Amino acid sequence: MQISSRDLKRVNVVTVSGRVDSAASPELEKALQDLLEGQRHQIVMELAEVEYMSSAGLRALVSALKTAKKAGGDVVIARPSERVREVIDLAGLTSVFTVYEDTLEAVGSF
Amino acid sequence: MSEEKTLRVPGRFESLAEIADFIARVARDAGFDEDDVFRVQMAVDEACSNVVEHAYGPNRAGDIVLSCRVDGNGDLRVDIYDQGRPFNPDVVPEPQVGADLLDVDEMKVGGLGLFFMRKLMDEVTFHFDERVGNHLTMVKRSAK
Repeated sequence: MQISSRDLKRVNVVTVSGRVDSAASPELEKALQDLLEGQRHQIVMELAEVEYMSSAGLRALVSALKTAKKAGGDVVIARPSERVREVIDLAGLTSVFTVYEDTLEAVGSF
Repeated sequence: MSEEKTLRVPGRFESLAEIADFIARVARDAGFDEDDVFRVQMAVDEACSNVVEHAYGPNRAGDIVLSCRVDGNGDLRVDIYDQGRPFNPDVVPEPQVGADLLDVDEMKVGGLGLFFMRKLMDEVTFHFDERVGNHLTMVKRSAK
């Protein structure tokens, strides 16, 4: 798994690629926690290159979403890969995450 | 009945990628399409993650053994063995998925993983035996 984060004016775009399994998800959780603790509560998760996401990866996203929402922000998903889409759907969380087909559009939503 | 394919790896998170490659190869060889290969791979990944995280945990070490067979109908049977703490699926609360975010976040003992396994596979059965340890059987039926 690779994670990179771009600081835009009001939003952070976090790009994740590769396998987000139980081995990798603590790193994702930490990266999101660091942003949230740094008062960056408006986050776009760009997930086009995620080959695989397990329940542990999904939990990291949900946990960040909850923290962001409490602070008046949000965690939205941009360009999810088919596998990410499937996992969100499998967990019944389709209505919980706002999904955008375009990263710019996701950034503009804040 | 096809020949049995087995893999023994240390019960650690670092083994998950090797397990994923192994099970994908087995499912492809058995004739499953890519969507079903993914489903089997995910169910096995969730099962093995639970073994590493909960059966072994930080204070125990041991192997995970996978044993796969395809029967005459083309159904794939995956048996997963570990020597960790006994796992009782009945004590894992069913997640109220989608109902409330809190449930997903606070789910204990791999509840979401177990939920995924049951959705992705046709049969999921847990056994525990003092001698054998934990033994999980999952079956994916052939779509043919």
